[in-house]
Amino acid sequence: MKATLTLAAATCLAGAVSAQEQVLTIYAGDYVASEWGPGPKIEELFEARCDCDLQFSTGDLMPRLLLEGDNTEADVVFGLTTDVTRRARESGLFAPHGQDTSTLTLPVDWSDDVFLPYNYGHTAFVYDTDRVTEPPQSFDELRNAPDDLSIVIQDPRTSISGLALVLWVQAIYGDEAEAVWEDLSDNILTVTKGWSESYGLFTDGEADMALSYTSSPAYHIIAEDDDTVKAAIFPEGHYFMAELTAKVASTDVPELADAFMAFVLSEDFQSMIATGNWSFPAKLPREDWPEGFRQLELPEKVLFYTEDEAAELKDQAIEAWRSALSR
Amino acid sequence: MAQRPLALIAGALVCALTLVPVGAVLWRADGLSAFGPGAWQALRFTLWQAMLSAALSVLLAIPVARALARRRFRGRSLLVTLLGAPFILPVIVAVLGLVSVFGASGLVNRGLDVLGVPGMTIYGAHGVILAHVFFNLPLATRMILQGWLAIPGERFRLAASLGLSSREMFRVIEWPMLVRIGPQAAAVIFVICLSSFAVALTLGGGPRATTVELAIYQALRFDFDLGRAAMLACLQLALALAAGLVALRLSGRAGQGAGLDRVVPRWDAARGPARALDAFAIGLAALFLLTPLALVALNGAPGLPDLGWPVWRAALHSIAVALLSTALCLIWALPLATRRGEVVGLLGIAVSPLVLGTGLFILVRPYVNPVALALPATALVNALVALPFALRILRPEAEAVRTDYGRLAAALGLSPRLWLTRILLPRLRRPLGFAAGLTAALSMGDLGVIALFADPERATLPLQVYRLMGSYRMEAAQGAALLLLALSLALFWLFDRGGRVADA
Amino acid sequence: MLTLEALTVRAGDFALSADLSLDAPGRVAVIGPSGAGKSTLLDAVAGFRTPASGRVLWNGLDITGLPPGKRPVATLFQDNNLFPHLSLDENLALAIRPRGGRLDKSEAQRRDAALSRVGLGGFGQRRPGEVSGGQQSRAALARVILQNRPVMLLDEPFAALGPALKAEMLSEVRRVADEMGALALIVTHDPGDARRFAERTVVVAEGRAAPARPTEELFADPPPALRDYLGT
Repeated sequence: MKATLTLAAATCLAGAVSAQEQVLTIYAGDYVASEWGPGPKIEELFEARCDCDLQFSTGDLMPRLLLEGDNTEADVVFGLTTDVTRRARESGLFAPHGQDTSTLTLPVDWSDDVFLPYNYGHTAFVYDTDRVTEPPQSFDELRNAPDDLSIVIQDPRTSISGLALVLWVQAIYGDEAEAVWEDLSDNILTVTKGWSESYGLFTDGEADMALSYTSSPAYHIIAEDDDTVKAAIFPEGHYFMAELTAKVASTDVPELADAFMAFVLSEDFQSMIATGNWSFPAKLPREDWPEGFRQLELPEKVLFYTEDEAAELKDQAIEAWRSALSR
Repeated sequence: MAQRPLALIAGALVCALTLVPVGAVLWRADGLSAFGPGAWQALRFTLWQAMLSAALSVLLAIPVARALARRRFRGRSLLVTLLGAPFILPVIVAVLGLVSVFGASGLVNRGLDVLGVPGMTIYGAHGVILAHVFFNLPLATRMILQGWLAIPGERFRLAASLGLSSREMFRVIEWPMLVRIGPQAAAVIFVICLSSFAVALTLGGGPRATTVELAIYQALRFDFDLGRAAMLACLQLALALAAGLVALRLSGRAGQGAGLDRVVPRWDAARGPARALDAFAIGLAALFLLTPLALVALNGAPGLPDLGWPVWRAALHSIAVALLSTALCLIWALPLATRRGEVVGLLGIAVSPLVLGTGLFILVRPYVNPVALALPATALVNALVALPFALRILRPEAEAVRTDYGRLAAALGLSPRLWLTRILLPRLRRPLGFAAGLTAALSMGDLGVIALFADPERATLPLQVYRLMGSYRMEAAQGAALLLLALSLALFWLFDRGGRVADA
Repeated sequence: MLTLEALTVRAGDFALSADLSLDAPGRVAVIGPSGAGKSTLLDAVAGFRTPASGRVLWNGLDITGLPPGKRPVATLFQDNNLFPHLSLDENLALAIRPRGGRLDKSEAQRRDAALSRVGLGGFGQRRPGEVSGGQQSRAALARVILQNRPVMLLDEPFAALGPALKAEMLSEVRRVADEMGALALIVTHDPGDARRFAERTVVVAEGRAAPARPTEELFADPPPALRDYLGT
């Protein structure tokens, strides 16, 4: 109780001091601003270089922004993902980021002038080398794996990684996607609403493999000193996913928002984000990555749909998944 | 007694808080949209699983409640409290608990493996039902147990003096009570299961187990199709209300009349077969409900020491929200503890929480920053969501008090305040304690509407569990889940205990 | 004087009419076959049922629209006369202060006096469940004494007691009613009760409450409806 009071007092004081400062309001995905996400670090680093107060406001990013429209208090949005940018772009709520994207270190070309990537990853199935001694070497091998190899995936209708998965299958197999899902149905232990539930089932030993990201093993290596978690790398390629930030057109502090865009690509930010968000930095050469990341095996071939292609293929890819697994 | 206007106000508030947000979402939508592919399959599955879950939960609860009602044994009160736990667990924690028992590498399958028997899988339609029974059996048991305890001891005394057999006694005294309580309990559970989605999906094993609520989630969060979300929400609402009305029709009228407060032992229960049957019912229920909980505790224990200030702070928020919800819910429930009130109260769980949250956001946003209201709004919505349960618990006994003592109070000309403080509240002590405990615990475990607009500084404990999981900290998340479980149970126990002191 | 003026009371399909006056003080029995409407009549007087037509008057004052607690009437019910979770003292306090609050000294004395008067001195701390059936009836009577209303309604009040105890309670009520100068109306199905207790008797039969007649006279020459009921 006492601690709460002290904290409240401290917050009031901080509020009084910063009353003169400009406030940069950032709408972010829930995980970003939690104590275990990159938010606190971002706040610290950015406030050190601007005379301002950075405030995160978390929740469901796009629904909230679209509900608020032009009236939004957001100056910057942080944590959007590829594959669903078209809807965001169509809303007309965003302004160009003004950054040079030619120097990014992404495995794909990025020329979008509105959405700025700050980190990326690829869809991948992770496994525990103690439990799975002979992991599938390719997507085809996974497709034809014996029934006792169990995998958990996420629902493409409720999670961004699930959506990336069906696009991944679509990108590799095209019209054959539905047949692939049918082949996989014996191995799919279950489908969860989001990534957390799948990963929970995986770490509890319930499933042999879980749909996650190529960067996931880095967490176990760095935070838990455990190198038994690996992502299976397939020659068919892996689907690219990036997390994005954007400047809100109606911001009342455009200079601060611009400064934040520049900050996101700065070395300070980029060298923090790998372990801050357990993803690959968008503008940092591999040799500058933290050790645990550098040792990860990365896919040679990277698959990615533009937002228009993704929007067009999305319904078809989800329906192939749904109808094959509903049988 | 000035109760009618109060009931009308309370009922109007429930309607306003549930229907207006849905209206707001509809109004904000660019017109209605067609259902997506598989919508009818989703509707069929939703109805099927909800009906089966409700029926099984209530049927299985009968022998357990009967056994608990007529047995006194060491640790009974603790057991009754613990048996309530699954109902108040956050979904994700409960699912992981269930999976560690029934999952591919769970206790059951490891046991079967040792015996050389082929394993079973929890994933599939039966898994969904299993999970829903796991969640709702405790609720049904407690509701029916409450009904049993409300039968005046004089009835059993009379039955014993008549030398009625257990079977006759069941037919004459207990069956009428079950017919009254059973359908209502089933209706509440049916409505809960209507809006199930994470459980159904995870344990259903895939898109076969798609529910209407999942379609709502998809429409709101993913496709941002407000029209479709609102339409689906209305569909869900209609189903829930239909269930409520059917139950109302089935459950018939008032109770069995008053008895004086003596604790009367049951004379029919002393025989051997009855004892064995009761022991079996209690033992099996305890095993089924407590094993997953034990595993949640076991898995969570290593993570406990790692919990930092953010988790503890969230725990404080959650407790504050829970207490506020409880107060609100009880104030709300007392005037609504009537037949009609109970149907109105069902609205609280009939409206998809996702749509409710979105609607409130739309309504509040022009006037205040919704983020500032995150915690009070959560408390309010949690009170609303707990209302049907509180009403289910309070109504039978509130009605009995009114029938038995309404005339005496009227003849004395008791003031409404005195009627409330000296008669109604003391007479309702036991169900009030139970309702308060349930509300508090539910509110602790409920994610509520906070997910849409949470302030990072004002997270609740369930939200922190999800955040921990979302950032790979599975062990800490399980620790936080254990903390959540412990706090929920503690609150539940405190309130429930308070209500039962009288007949301890 | 209690007057039922062209009164009709409906309960479902059943209707009861009454047009009669009863003098106070006085003791009146209401007798008649089961289901004839005795309790309905009492309910109309006590205010638990609103008449379909007609009026209820007390000393010329129209009380038809008054709620039960505001009528000059105290009722002893068949059962549920005491709140089981409150001690006898607390139950009686409610009769003195129905709007709550602590009893002052003189009120507390009145309460104790009422308890003593029914032979329950020193039982005030007990709850209804902790005393015998006869004692519960006495406590309920003490409650009626404390309400101190000019009309007492007794709806088959001591049906659960043994004959000796019941006779004793009836004479107790008779003493109390006489001392208070009240009009006591007792519903009974036992002609013996009526003869022991009541100066006058109202016969309720076939949907009608007949005007009161002196009890002895009535039983000496019973009208047909009463004769059928008595089986003579």
